[in-house]
Amino acid sequence: MPQLSQLALVIQSQWFWLLLVLGAIYFVVGRGIVGKVESTVDDRDARIAADLAEAQRLQDEAEADEEAWRTRVNAMRAEAQGVTASAKADAQAKLEARLAAADAEIALRTDSAVAELDTARKSAMAELESVAVEATQQIVERLTGASVDQAQARAAVTGALGHA
Amino acid sequence: MAAPKIDPMHQFQIAPIGADELIASPFQFTNSALWMLIVLAVVVLVMWGGTKRELVPGRWQALAEIITNFLGDITRQTIGANGRKYLPWVFTTFMFILAANWIGAMPLALAGAHPFTVTSQFSVTWTMSVMSFAIVLVVGFWKHGLHFFSLFVPKGAPLAIKLFIAPIEFVSFLVRPFSLGLRPFVAMFAGHILLEVFGNFIVQGLNAGSAAGGFIAALCFVFIVGMSGLELLIGAIQAYVFALLTAIYINDAENLH
Repeated sequence: MPQLSQLALVIQSQWFWLLLVLGAIYFVVGRGIVGKVESTVDDRDARIAADLAEAQRLQDEAEADEEAWRTRVNAMRAEAQGVTASAKADAQAKLEARLAAADAEIALRTDSAVAELDTARKSAMAELESVAVEATQQIVERLTGASVDQAQARAAVTGALGHA
Repeated sequence: MAAPKIDPMHQFQIAPIGADELIASPFQFTNSALWMLIVLAVVVLVMWGGTKRELVPGRWQALAEIITNFLGDITRQTIGANGRKYLPWVFTTFMFILAANWIGAMPLALAGAHPFTVTSQFSVTWTMSVMSFAIVLVVGFWKHGLHFFSLFVPKGAPLAIKLFIAPIEFVSFLVRPFSLGLRPFVAMFAGHILLEVFGNFIVQGLNAGSAAGGFIAALCFVFIVGMSGLELLIGAIQAYVFALLTAIYINDAENLH
């Protein structure tokens, strides 16, 4: 077993070169490069975390914007519906008022027409009566030669007309 | 033709480079030292991708980041938030053992370079485990003083059990540096002997020139293919176990129960 038989001869150089190599790995790589690699990885992790946080923030912001927009649109829609409804109600009210006014005028006109007709009929009747009285006087005078005074004739006509 | 002598131990032999004979000197350059430097170069090269520091990592940078995160998770989960300062050492043990194990298992001999598995030398693995153990002792006594000895006393147990358990815990604590270094050493040692022996069987089977010899060579080749895959797995597991146990032992010292 050379490891044992050569030990006394080689142990010094084994130690010397081993400690040299281990020291070089320890200080150059272990303390130097490994630290750099760790800080690189940490930086990258931090950057990824920051990017993710930024993305989350932006997404939250966008969601808030969308929410605000939606509220605004809803408010505007509600407002528009209100305007439409009030315009409709307004138009309805105006229509009803005009209808009522028209109704009232029609009623007024009808009434006055009826009253006019009535007066016309009354005056026509009165004229008819006076004409009938006159006619009665003349008829009686012609037929009988007797003159009938106006009051008598009127009574007779009124009686006949009242029968009619 | 004389049958070639199988010497599965030859691959663990340390040979001098640039000198004729081994001498007991710290500055003696050997094949072991050469492959340690290659391990160092590979570790630095692999992790160099981590210095690009790009926001979107390429493959090379991603590899460095995966390794770093893997070991960072081990220290954080085992030791807690204070574990960060031990990451360089846990990283060093893991990467050195992993690179050494895997480079030693590469078929570089095809290109003429005979890879030397430095982790198959217990002088290497035990030195590393003693260093981990020294960190545990220094941290433990630095943070807790003599109170660190309460590590051996189970909490909330009756006195009789405490008296019984404490010596056992103490011995198991002392065994840690040996067992920690023994594990990767034995895994590499045994695996490479197995590969060497069965590799020789292939050569000898083909040299025999008979149908049976060819059949045995083919069988051994299939076995070696599987074994090599297993070797890579074992190499990674041993590196992981060493790093994880180092973290667990440091946790004992850092967060005394």
